[in-house]
Order: sequence, then C-alpha cells, then structure tokens
Amino acid sequence: MSLRPILTMLLLSIASASQAEQVYVAVAANFSAPMKQLAELFEQQTGHQVHISAGASGKLFAQIQQGAPFQLFFSADQTKPATLESLGLTVPDSRFTYAIGTLALWTPTPGLEMTAATLKTAEFNHLALANPKLAPYGSAAIVVLDQLNLVRQTQRKWVMGENISQTYQFVSTGNAEFGFVSLSQILFNGKVKEGSVWVVPQHMYPEIRQDAVLLKSAAQHPAANDFLAFIRSADGAGVIQQYGYITPE
Amino acid sequence: MILSEADISTLWLTLRLASVVTLILLLIGTPLAWWLSQTSSRLKAPISALVSLPLVLPPTVIGFYLLLAMGPNGWLGQLTQSIGLGTLPFTFWGLVVASVFYSLPFVVQPIQNAMEAMGSRPLEVAATLRAGPVDRFFTVTLPLARPGFLTAAVLGFAHTLGEFGVVLMIGGNIPNETRVVSVQIYDHVESLNYAQAHSLAGLMVATSFVILLTLYLLQARGKAVPSLVGSKR
Amino acid sequence: MNNQIRVSCQLDRRTMAGSGFSLSADLTLPAEGITVIFGPSGCGKTTLLRCIAGLDLAEDAEIVVQDTIWQDHKRFLPVHQRKLGYVFQEASLLPHLTAGGNLRYAAKRSGKPQPELWDQVVNLLSLGTLLERKPDQLSGGERQRVALARALLSQPSLLLMDEPLASLDLPRKQEILPYLEQLRSAFKIPVIYVTHAMDEVTRLADYLVLMDQGEIQAAGPVEEVLSQPSLAAFFGDETSVVISGCIAQRDPQWGLMKVTFAGGDIWIKDTHQALGDSVRLRVLARDVSLSRSEDVDSTIQNRLRVSLVEISDTPDASTAMLRLKCGDVQILARVTQRAISSLDLKLGEQLWAQIKTAAVTY
Repeated sequence: MSLRPILTMLLLSIASASQAEQVYVAVAANFSAPMKQLAELFEQQTGHQVHISAGASGKLFAQIQQGAPFQLFFSADQTKPATLESLGLTVPDSRFTYAIGTLALWTPTPGLEMTAATLKTAEFNHLALANPKLAPYGSAAIVVLDQLNLVRQTQRKWVMGENISQTYQFVSTGNAEFGFVSLSQILFNGKVKEGSVWVVPQHMYPEIRQDAVLLKSAAQHPAANDFLAFIRSADGAGVIQQYGYITPE
Repeated sequence: MILSEADISTLWLTLRLASVVTLILLLIGTPLAWWLSQTSSRLKAPISALVSLPLVLPPTVIGFYLLLAMGPNGWLGQLTQSIGLGTLPFTFWGLVVASVFYSLPFVVQPIQNAMEAMGSRPLEVAATLRAGPVDRFFTVTLPLARPGFLTAAVLGFAHTLGEFGVVLMIGGNIPNETRVVSVQIYDHVESLNYAQAHSLAGLMVATSFVILLTLYLLQARGKAVPSLVGSKR
Repeated sequence: MNNQIRVSCQLDRRTMAGSGFSLSADLTLPAEGITVIFGPSGCGKTTLLRCIAGLDLAEDAEIVVQDTIWQDHKRFLPVHQRKLGYVFQEASLLPHLTAGGNLRYAAKRSGKPQPELWDQVVNLLSLGTLLERKPDQLSGGERQRVALARALLSQPSLLLMDEPLASLDLPRKQEILPYLEQLRSAFKIPVIYVTHAMDEVTRLADYLVLMDQGEIQAAGPVEEVLSQPSLAAFFGDETSVVISGCIAQRDPQWGLMKVTFAGGDIWIKDTHQALGDSVRLRVLARDVSLSRSEDVDSTIQNRLRVSLVEISDTPDASTAMLRLKCGDVQILARVTQRAISSLDLKLGEQLWAQIKTAAVTY
C-alpha cells in the first residue's frame, strides 16, 4: 500500500475540518425538541456543528441585545425578531415564520372525550395557561376562553406558567387538572404521548406565528445561512410538522 | 419611579410572605439548631447536610421536587389533602412551605453557630444552680445566642424577599396570592417592560442593601457572641 | 442520718490506640469539713468531681450523699436535681447577668430563698459594692468570690470546688484563701475540693484523698495521710505534716505568737488572729533537724521532744525519711543517711526535733 491514498485522506479530512463551521442558535424553549432533530440532520449532511441555546425568548432577546454571539434567533413570537430588526441587529430581510403553533387543551387523565364543552362541564381546581403577557400561547388561550364565554367562570382557577414549558409542568405533575399547552409538547412521533387532548381549531385564535431571524454576526458565517435554508426546505418542514407545528405555505 | 398598583400589591405580598416565613423559620430553626449544636448523634451529619441542601441546589430543582411532592399525587399533597387543606401549589401557604425549606440553612446555621460558640460551660453552670433543661434554654441559651438569632432573622427575611426560582416553579403567578416581587420583575423583563423592571429591581437592591447594612452595623456594635467571662482571658 | 458521702466510680475512656484514661475510685468521705482531692494534673481528679456532680457520666457509679442517692446502678439524678454547689476553675459567671444577677439566679432556684443567708454570704465574701457590675468589670479574684457566693446561695448539701484558685495569681490566691477558711466555720456544708497545690492541702484539708493515674493512692484524715513516710515519693520536696493547734500566747515585742498543740508548743510569726483561735501549721520535712541533746545555743528556738518511730528510704538514696512522735502528733524529718549512720539513730530513741520558726507556714 502506497502512502499516497493515506496522505490524500489526511489532507481531505483536514480540509473538511477547516470547512466545518460552528453555528450558534438561540431558540425559544418550546421549539427546542424539533430544533435538536433539525440540527442533527443538518450536522450529518454538512459536517458543520450546531450549538443550541434554548431558553425563554425574552431572556434570549435581552442577551442578543447585549451582544450575545448567536447567529440565529428562533423566537416564540413575532414581536421580538421584529424589534431586533428595527434595532438594526439583524441581516435585512432575513425574518420569516418558521412554525405556527397549535394550541391544545390537555389533561394527563387518559380516556377522556375532550371537546370545546369539556371546560364547561368538567370539575377542576386549576387550569394552567401560559402568562398571556409573555407567551403567545397564553394570549391565544385567553382568546379561546373568551370565545367559549369561560373567562369569568374560570379566571379564579387560572395558574400561570412563565412560559409554555412551565405550564406543561403544572399539568403533567397533576397540580393543575387541565392546561392550555402547545401541541408540540404532548406529541411524540406524531402521536399524543399520554392523557387526553382537545386540539383547539385554528380558527378560534389568532395564529401563533413563531419567527426566526438571521442576526448580524451571521453575515460572515455561510453555514448559518445554510442551516436556515435547510429548515425552510421540505425536509426541515417535515420535521417541524412531526412536532405538531404547522409550517407556512 | 413608576410603580403600578399591581407592582405595589406584589410588594405587600412579598413583605407578608417574608414576615410569615421568618417567624416560622425561627420557630422551627431554633429547636433544630439547638439539637444540632448539642447532639453527638450519628444523625447529625445527614441532618446537617439535608438542612444545607438549599445552599447548593438550584432553586429550580427544589421547586420541581416541591411541585411533585406537594401535588395531588405527592406525599405532602396526599397529607395536606387528607387533613382537608387541599393541595399547596399555587397558594400563599404553598409558597410559605417552600420558602421555609428554601431559607432554612440561612436561619439554622447562624443560630447553631452562636449556640456552639457559647460552649457547654454556661449550661453546666446553670445546671449546677438547679436550672432544668427548659429553664436553661430560656435563661442561658436564648440570651447568649441572641446575636445569632438576629443574624438568622435578617438573613431568613432577606433571602425570602429575593426568592425567585422556587416561587416560579410552584407559584402559578396569581395576583395577591403568589405573585411576588421577583416574579413581577421577571414578567416585566420578559415582556420587554424594562422601565418598570428597573423600578422594582432597584427597590429590591436598595431594600436588601439596607437590611444587610443594618445587620452588619448591629454586629459591629455588639460583641459577636459574648463568651463566658473568665473562660477566655 | 447517715453522715457519710459514698463515692464509687468506675470509668474507662481508654481508646484502642492506648490513649485516653480510666478512673477507678471507691471512697467513703465524711459529710463534714473539707475533703481535698490532691494529685498531679491529668490524674483524673476533675473527672471524679464531675462524675460526682453528674456533669460527666460514669457508666458504673454509686454516689450517695448522706441519705440521698444521686446515682447507682439503676438511677441517675440529673445535675439540676442534685443539691450541690459547684465552683469551676475559671469563675464561669453567666456573662449576660451582673454579679448580683448571678447570685439571684442561684438564690431563686435554691428552693427556699433566705434573705438572712443572702446578707450573710454577701458580707462574708465582701461583695456589697460589686453586685451591680457585669462579670467583665470584675477582677479574677472578685469573680471567683462571686462564683463561691453563688454556689453557697444555692444552699447545697455538698459543695464541689474544682481548683478554684488555679487560675489566679499568688496575691489573688492569698485574697481568696481566708474566705475559704471561713467557709468551714461559717457554713456546715461538706466540701470536696480538688487541687494540685500543696499549700491549699495544708491550709484547707480536713480529709485528704491522694490520686494518681486515675486511682486512689491514699485517703484519710489529713494529719494521718501526710505523716506516712511511704508517701514521700508522692510529695517529694513538698513532704510535710499539718499540725493543728491554738494560739496561746503573743510576743508583741518580737512579732511572734505561740501555738500550743497536743505535743508541745511552736513559736511562729504573729498572724494577728485572736488568742484561742485555732490555727494549722505546715511543717516541711526538710525543715526539721534532729539532735540527741537539747541544743540551747542554737538559733533554732522551736525544739520538741520526740521519739523516733520509723526510718524509711526516699527515692533519693542519700536521704531518709524519719517519722517522729511528739505527743499525739506525728512529724516527718528528712535527713541524710550519713547523719543517721554517724549518730547511730535507733528506733524508739528520744530525740530533739528542731524547727525553724521562719520555716513554719500556716
């Protein structure tokens, strides 16, 4: 065996290592699970490395404002990316909706036939929802309750999570009997993991659009752009849909 | 300074919580510190470690386990339900229970230190003068460990004021019930309402500073713990 | 009423490594006067005292004070239920109370506070002007006086004192000793007094217990124990006897006084006590010399007619300890072996013992 093939391989691997880029992504907590899968697929395809920081959108927003070294920001809402854009912290025209959330009324109790009437008839002490001031899922839940004429009746039973994951926690630990959560939280491989659910029809609440934006520092990082393109591709959309989100047309 | 009515109600609630918690902590912490300072039991080390856990555990861990324990399927939840109290999460008293656990080391340790610094001699002296155990506690231990109690009360109060993670996990953000200052500040920050966040946060910093300053000034003025006169000269 | 104090106490704190110590004591002490437990540091005397008080727990002990059982194989009376007074080595006043507060703390818990007793104790220990002071404003001697008063005000049936003078310098010690001597006559409380200072033994002890390495070496009335030549090794250079007598005569011109005892007279420096007062003298063995005939030309004016009853060896091969009988009183003299040989001293022989006036301490 001559040395040449080995040398070639060595050189190739050095070359690919130098081409492998690091992508830093800030992602809203509710989208962290699909993001992990997206990142894995992307890493396999390209050899780049994706580093994910999941957290509350507001916190991530504040960090980005203070110069945190993220290249991509996947918010749980539309306002924060828009604000960053108006502050000139983003790559112009990079903002887009990557997922539309689905609201679900969920209880860990299995075998319940759940409908819009469930909250009117069921007996419960606590109804968990995300803080409407902070989370779009929270304000969407309020709109739904309003349409069902249940705001006054249930208001005393509301317990509010600071974000949608905490809301899920209140329900999953049994401390609240029902909760308005994101469908993505209770889906696994496209099926409801446990309990009973009423998927709230989309027409009952304003779309929960989650926007992403390419941050200024990404301009020198082609890999960040590639990752964004991958997420917008059919493959990417497939992953996102599996988690109970709707992808924009 | 802009403080909304909601902000002010969170302030009152926080003060109420801290006061109730401090009182309960002193009632629980004193006998516990007393036992820890006197015992040579094998249980001393594990109990000490348990009491100190909140010093090292992230509040979210404590909050999470409290949420499980106090929930309808948790042991504490089963207990409170069986005696007709319902479940504790999302209630003021739930916060009280969580804060008591969370601030326990801040109260137990200063009292225990003061009692240990006092040594056994004053108690031996009192015993030879026919003072029984309870008598000794009130006439010797309490007065001699007073600086420890002061420190404990201040730290317990201040620490409860600043508590956030645990409250976040089990509070449910209910106005006048569980929405304390730190949660309100978090909400302001999260909803990008920085001006109001500043007002409340600044107030917290100032209050905590004044409380701790008072403590250190008092400590500097009085002797830390009076030693038994004659023994260490 | 049984007028004795039974102290039987076995305690083993030896570790596997061979450190620690053990204590084994079996004593019957008189429930009157001052019993001194004497021994070197670390001999276990303080531990014995703490076991008597119940401050330390001896696994196997029997403590009976007169008719009250403090501890036996099935009972352990907690410290606060024992009618005892305890004076610690350091004064141990409660620091948050004034001197008066410390006294009231004791009086209140004594069962039946007696105003006369309060006055008597405060006067006896001269505390009138100190009562308002905090402990840290008192001198070491003053603190120890307050501690003693406090113990007395708790009206104990047994007073335990653990080297109460050890932490004081000599002048302070001299300040307190007279108070302790008065204690014996003013209160009829039996005292167990622990010390490693020989002068405290000779001044205070009625009954003496010698301890070494956790064991009792000897116990008995102080005159008896001290006059055993076999214990010379224990006391070494400090070997001495105690002679009790009373003041019979005064010589103001020369500042001397005569103490008469059951064996003769001894002239000592005038202590300005009243005629008829009883005093105890300490005569060191090394300060006693002997002659066959009365040497009237000597500067040594105290000469006693004695008979030689015992000659025993001392750890120092060049000297011997002689036990002499003077009436009912025994005196020890330490002389060289050569002197015994050249004078050819024999047991039963009548001799003159000479004691320097300046050497007699009281």
